[in-house]
Amino acid sequence: MAGRYKSDLNWSDVTPKDVWLNRRKLMAGAGAMALGSIAGPAAASLNARKTAYGEGLESNTWDEITSYNNFYEFGTGKDDPSRYAGELTTDPWAIEIGGLVDRPGSYGLDDILKDVTLEERIYRLRCVERWAMVVPWVGFELADLLDRVGVQPSAKYVAFETALRPEEMRGVRFPVIEWPYKEGLRLDEAMHPLTILATGLYDEPMPNQNGAPIRVVVPWKYGYKSIKSIVKITLVEEQPPTAWNEYSAHEYGFYSNVNPDRDHPRWSQKYERRVGGGLFAKQTPTAKFNGYGEEVAHLYAGMDLIVNH
Amino acid sequence: MPDRPLPGQGLAQVSVVRRVNRAIGLVPPLAIYVLAVLPPVLFLWQAQTGRLGVEPIKALEHELGELALQVLIATLAVRPVNKWTGINFLKLRRAFGVVTFFYVLLHLLVWLVLDVQFLDQIWADIVKRPYITVGMGAFALMIPLALTSNNLSLRKLGPIRWRRLHRLMYPVVLLGAIHFVMLSKGFQLEPYVYLGVILALLATRVRWAEWRVA
Repeated sequence: MAGRYKSDLNWSDVTPKDVWLNRRKLMAGAGAMALGSIAGPAAASLNARKTAYGEGLESNTWDEITSYNNFYEFGTGKDDPSRYAGELTTDPWAIEIGGLVDRPGSYGLDDILKDVTLEERIYRLRCVERWAMVVPWVGFELADLLDRVGVQPSAKYVAFETALRPEEMRGVRFPVIEWPYKEGLRLDEAMHPLTILATGLYDEPMPNQNGAPIRVVVPWKYGYKSIKSIVKITLVEEQPPTAWNEYSAHEYGFYSNVNPDRDHPRWSQKYERRVGGGLFAKQTPTAKFNGYGEEVAHLYAGMDLIVNH
Repeated sequence: MPDRPLPGQGLAQVSVVRRVNRAIGLVPPLAIYVLAVLPPVLFLWQAQTGRLGVEPIKALEHELGELALQVLIATLAVRPVNKWTGINFLKLRRAFGVVTFFYVLLHLLVWLVLDVQFLDQIWADIVKRPYITVGMGAFALMIPLALTSNNLSLRKLGPIRWRRLHRLMYPVVLLGAIHFVMLSKGFQLEPYVYLGVILALLATRVRWAEWRVA
């Protein structure tokens, strides 16, 4: 159900559209950046319902959000997704929903979207690599979809899978991690009103490099938990295998809640740096649960979050 | 080393080699130092003007680190290139080495000043993070090499001790490659290509028959 969540970020925190569009034009004029490397937003706006509130943060620009991405299916460079994700066909698109649900099946994207209310959700994004952004996502609560397909009582976890198309995803030709990309959430995390399936940003359809046409956004966890370009959702009883956890369990835990007290073995997680601050951008302290502790800390009551990192 | 046909080389190749070597002979080491300033200046300009993307600090750090590895490889390649082709860069090798040190220093400074920023974090990283420990180790081993890369030190140490000291380059280059492999996320090809090239170049230094490092 839309409207369960109240963001502490305000619509006024978002860079106004004319401002970022202007910035884009300036960049285009500057030349180098404009050589077709950044897809402009499509003409159609999504007219997402504005949710507003709180203050203190400012969204990153369209260019920042769409030119600095981790989407290893298109390459490991930060600019690879913006260059190559355009090769992914996102229409038609369907999600295979199965496992412990009452109404399993292949759900077309149009079908999934026909009864949901798209909302603007301005969320902080914290990457495990220590960079951060604020993104004005457009989406709906994952709980809406899970309610619709009917989660059976025995289900305890939700498993997700990204599309795997070697002919459209040049990055998967090399085994950086085990493909397809897999992620998972505990059912209560998946049902939490902060957890959304996003189909756009800045009120525009989702750019491919950001996970078109539909992706998860879980704002209190490191970015890689927010799986992109989803083709499969499975409700399961046991904790499902997840891509980075399988690659290196001591570095990437199943929970992966943003936690300044639990360092990544190869770097500290105490600080982060906002993307877009230039050469002399300051690091700022990282907040536990990425600042969403009030909303989500109770999910982990009694759990040791260092052990269950 | 005089120009002479290597096994398998014809006279035409010898004349090419001779011409190349004559051209190299015309390049003063100072020219290498002057040219070496250009890439970091270019990177800095790119970083400052958004040409390295929206997160220029990491990009600059990475560019400088990779550049250092490349020049390190060039330095290491001088001898095998001479052995196999007769082309002789030995005269410029010391300049390559000093330039490598300069790039590693810049890489380190970007990490210290722009990236990590906090002194307590810097120290914590050096002692707690193996890939940073390895990188710092490589840098530390380069300091005596940089300090003795001058004729006075060569004379004072004598050529045998000087050369023995400068064999530290071998662990330095190996640590540099390992540093790159260790800091990558996921299984990526590029760091392993560097490691492979470096291992191959190091292998040319081993006198396999006597089983000792030359």
